Amino acid sequence: MKTTTKQKIAFSILFLCTVMVILPVVFVLGTIIKNGWQGISWKFLTTMPKDGMRQGGIYPAIVGTLYLVSLSIVFSLPVGVMAAIYLNEYAKDNLLTRLIRLAIVNLSGVSSVVYGLFGLALFVTFMKFGVSILSGALTLAIMNLPVIITASREALAGVPYQFREVSLSLGLSRWQTIRHSVLPFAIPGILTGAILSLARAAGETAPILFTVAAFYLPNLPRSIFDQTMALPYHLYIISTQIPNIAVKTRYATAFVLVGMVFTMNIFAVVIRSRLRKKKKW
Amino acid sequence: MVENRADIQIKIKVKQLNIWFGNILALKNLSLEIYSNELLSIIGPANSGKTSFLRQLNRLNELEANFRSTGEVILDGENIQKTKLEILRKKAGMIFALPQVLPISIYDNVSYGPRMHGMREKGVLDKIVEESLEASFLWEEVKERLKESATKLSGGQQQRLCISRTLALKPEVILFDEPCSGLDPVSTAKVEESMLKLKEKYTIILVTNNTKQAARVGDRTVFFLMGELIEIDKTQKIFTAPADKRTEDYILGKFG
Repeated sequence: MKTTTKQKIAFSILFLCTVMVILPVVFVLGTIIKNGWQGISWKFLTTMPKDGMRQGGIYPAIVGTLYLVSLSIVFSLPVGVMAAIYLNEYAKDNLLTRLIRLAIVNLSGVSSVVYGLFGLALFVTFMKFGVSILSGALTLAIMNLPVIITASREALAGVPYQFREVSLSLGLSRWQTIRHSVLPFAIPGILTGAILSLARAAGETAPILFTVAAFYLPNLPRSIFDQTMALPYHLYIISTQIPNIAVKTRYATAFVLVGMVFTMNIFAVVIRSRLRKKKKW
Repeated sequence: MVENRADIQIKIKVKQLNIWFGNILALKNLSLEIYSNELLSIIGPANSGKTSFLRQLNRLNELEANFRSTGEVILDGENIQKTKLEILRKKAGMIFALPQVLPISIYDNVSYGPRMHGMREKGVLDKIVEESLEASFLWEEVKERLKESATKLSGGQQQRLCISRTLALKPEVILFDEPCSGLDPVSTAKVEESMLKLKEKYTIILVTNNTKQAARVGDRTVFFLMGELIEIDKTQKIFTAPADKRTEDYILGKFG
C-alpha cells in the first residue's frame, strides 16, 4: 500500500473518532431543543409550579439551584485554591503529600451519590444543619474540592518556575512571591476550573438528594437553613414521579438546566481567553 | 582595575566551601576572595560548579530540595548564613542566563523589587525606574513606552531590563549567570558595555561559557574544573601565560 493511502486511512479513522465524540452531544442537545423550546416562556421561567407541577413554571427550582451553586463555590473556591497553593508551592515531595495527591485524584472518582450519603451523615445529622441549603451547598462544595484543587494546581504549575526564582532573587518572601508573581498568572486557569466545577454542581442530583432537595415547596426558601427545590432533582421528579405531564414541560426543564451549565462553560472559556490575552508569557 | 595590593578591599571571602546536590559534590573545598569594584569572570566547562558557586552567594541554591553545603561565605565581614535573606538578596542581585522578564509592563518590572519592599511613593518609584533603566542603557529605547508589556522587547533589551530590575534595589554585588548565552553579538556587546560601566559602582561576578567574553571584560578570571578552582589571576595573565596546563588547554579550546 502506498504511504499516502495509508495516511488517508489513518486520518479518516482519527476523524471518525472525533465525530463520534461530538455526535452524542449534538444529538442530546438537538433532542432537548427540538422537544423543549416550545415550553420555554417568560412565564415558565418566573412562576411557581401549579397543579401538581403539571402547570406553571420552574422558578423555585431555578432559584434553588442558583442558591446552591453560589453558596457551594463560596466554600469550595477559597479552600480549594489555598490547598492547591500549599500542595504546589510549599509542600515538600514526601510520602504524606504523595498520599494526599493520590487521595485527591481518587476523590474526584468517587460517585456523587456517595457524597450525598456523606453529606447526610455529616452535615444533616451530625452537625445538625438539617435538610437545608447549607447542608446541600457544603456537600456540593466537598464534591467539587478535588476538581478545584486539581485545576488550581495545574494552573499554578503552569506558571514558569523562573517567575518564582526571579522574585525570590529580588529578596521577596515566598508568600510575596506567590501573591504577586505566581497567583496573578494562574488566575485564568483557576477561574476556569472553578466555573467548570460550578457547572458540575448545578447539574448533579445525587449529592442534593438527601441533603437539601424538596419535592415541592409552595414558597421560596427564606434562609440557608430552609429546604429548596433544585433543577436536576425537579427534572428527575417530573420525569419519573408525576404521571401525565406534558413532554414539552420535561424537555423545557432539561433545556433550562443544560442552558445554565452551557452558559457557565462559555463564561469559563471567555474569561480564560480574556485574561490570557492580558497576561501572556 | 585592581593593581595595588594596598588599595584592595575584600568584598567577599569564601572559605572552604563545599556544595552537594544529593550525593554529587558540585563544588570542592573552594576558597577565594573577591575584591570591591572588580569584575571577576568565572570560566570553565559545563558541570564545573560555576553556577552553583554563583547561586551560593545569594543563597538561591537553597531552593533545591537536596542541596547541602559546608564552609563559609563572608560578605562585608558578615557570614551570609547569618544575614537576613531579604537583605542578602537585595545586596547581591542576580541576572539569569535567559532574560526572565515578568509578563507585566516595563515600568512594573523595574519597580517590582522596590514596590514589594514597601516603597509606595510614585515620585520616588519614577525616579528609581528612570535611573535604573539609564544605568543599563535602556532608558532611551523604552522611555516612551514604559506602560507596554516587557515581553514585547527584544531578547537583548529584556536582558538589560533584568539588569535594571536588579539595579532598582540598589545592590552592591551583581551576579551574572551567563547573561549573554541567548543573545546575538550586538545585544551581547550592549550588555557587556553596561557591565563595564556598572563595575565603577558595583562588584560584579560573571559566570560565562564564552572565554572571549571573560577576556574582554574581566579584571580577574578564575578557572573552575569539575568543581575545583584550578587557577585565579589577572585576566591578562590567565589568557597569556596561565600557570596550569589545564587552564591553557581550556582557553585554547582543546576541551570543554
